[in-house]
Amino acid sequence: MEYLVIVKRDCETCQMVAPVLADLQNVSTLTLYSQDDTTFPEATGGALDDTSLEESWRHNVEIVPTLIRIENGRETTRTEGWDRADWVRVTGINALGENLPVFRPGCGSKSVEPGMPERLALKFGNMHFESRAIEVDEMDDPAEVAYDRGWTDGLPVIPATDLRIARMLAGTTRKPDEIIGDIPPNLIPCTVEKAAINAVMAGCRPEYFPVVLAAVDAVLKPEFSMHGLLATLWFSGPVIIVNGPVAKRIGMNSQGNALGQGNRANATIGRALQLIIRNVGGGRPQEIDRSILGNPGKYTFCFAEDESDPDWVPLNLARGHAAGTSTVTLFHGDGVQGVADQKSRDPESLARSLALALWSVCHPKLAQWSHAILVLSPDHYAIFREGGWGRAEIEAGIWQALKRPGHEIVEGAGGVEEGIDPARADEMIDKFHPGGLLVVRAGGVGGLFSAIIGGWTAHRRNEDVQIVSQEIGT
Amino acid sequence: MIPKGYLMRDPTAETAAVQRERLTPPADLSGATIGLLSISKERSAEFLDYVEERLTGRGLNVLRFEKPTHTKPAPESVLQEIIERCDVVVEGLAD
Repeated sequence: MEYLVIVKRDCETCQMVAPVLADLQNVSTLTLYSQDDTTFPEATGGALDDTSLEESWRHNVEIVPTLIRIENGRETTRTEGWDRADWVRVTGINALGENLPVFRPGCGSKSVEPGMPERLALKFGNMHFESRAIEVDEMDDPAEVAYDRGWTDGLPVIPATDLRIARMLAGTTRKPDEIIGDIPPNLIPCTVEKAAINAVMAGCRPEYFPVVLAAVDAVLKPEFSMHGLLATLWFSGPVIIVNGPVAKRIGMNSQGNALGQGNRANATIGRALQLIIRNVGGGRPQEIDRSILGNPGKYTFCFAEDESDPDWVPLNLARGHAAGTSTVTLFHGDGVQGVADQKSRDPESLARSLALALWSVCHPKLAQWSHAILVLSPDHYAIFREGGWGRAEIEAGIWQALKRPGHEIVEGAGGVEEGIDPARADEMIDKFHPGGLLVVRAGGVGGLFSAIIGGWTAHRRNEDVQIVSQEIGT
Repeated sequence: MIPKGYLMRDPTAETAAVQRERLTPPADLSGATIGLLSISKERSAEFLDYVEERLTGRGLNVLRFEKPTHTKPAPESVLQEIIERCDVVVEGLAD
């Protein structure tokens, strides 16, 4: 009979079974590999060298010791760790290790340590990438080469090595050669592999990658109009709001400074989307990106909603997704405008106060020109909550408070030529198109402030340009 | 074989744009059909009305076209119709 066993010295169970391996060596053909030290086990006179882990990888070893029975060159059965009955079953030798405990679990194989399977697949498997390999001379700095080639948003990028790409791809079940869609403005088909390269460069961890892919899927929906958003003269860029269990799972920030810097997932998911548009789609500032000023959110703009209050209806549920699903909602947004209200103590006053501030979106005398996100801080939300208001009441209350007599904002009113059509002077005017105000909860405690994220002026064509939501896959 | 040095993968479409020759502008417009493409932004039509008036005043043949929305690229059908029917096109107006 022929056996293959893989062990490592750094495993007490392997050390314990060393005498058993010596016995097995005497009565059969034993091919013994050690992952860390070829002088181990001493009882067998050492082992063959598998410090490269090639044999461990080829045999899909997850636990050491692993005992594999080989008949006619093929594996017929195996056992992991030490389970005497199972070793007896595999070897057919009843007297094996009789003085040992009945059972002792094995240890993790070095071939399955974090990041190692991808490294081994690249080295020994047939994993390969379609994207062009760029060789960086030993004397050059990869980060500088990325700048020279125009691959960055102005900040440094992580060079996309094969190992990093392989690890990123391990974050999704989607195949590397799957085409996600055509990335504007050049409408270039983007594979999952290309997206992974850009996610690496943006600084994503593999577990963020499904969120990046969902964001790409979302912006490619025709109703989102990513091409127009890129090309616009206005300030806007894609804003990603993440809902559901994934936010906590990957450590996103929905609390203090949620719209700011400092959280890797928030920072790199939004950046990955922008790098894909830049690098794959060819969307670059002062080229097809015609924005006159842009906004800092065009580096990255991604945050999670605070879903910690069980009474609060999260944004994705309000938009028709099932409870417990993870989603991205994509908005065409500008920068952040703060709103202070430290005196309102009842929901009605606060709703009127926030409505006042919301009228400034785009221009205080323009209506239904752009949508907006209202990011409600915990302290402002507490006033609504204590007054018995939930999402529905807050939305309705602010909507009502936003109505304004047309004559106040028509062209010329107040000595300002900008304004709405004079024909609407006698109407009560809504600030936003229906569905054009998203209320989202985020932020830390300690300030009676909330935030407005103004929207794209193309929202005035609300059939052409829509906010979209997308479930996050695997 | 892995070369010496450091390898990284290209994040771009790897389709550097082919340099395209510009069409030579017509020496004069006599007999030419001129297309005016409105991008459907506010006041596009107003601007193009004025251009049309100036061109027809010079005895030129003018055809009008329109994109459905300025937020998206012109549909292929609009582009093809312009190519089919016009010699020259003026596109406007973005604010």
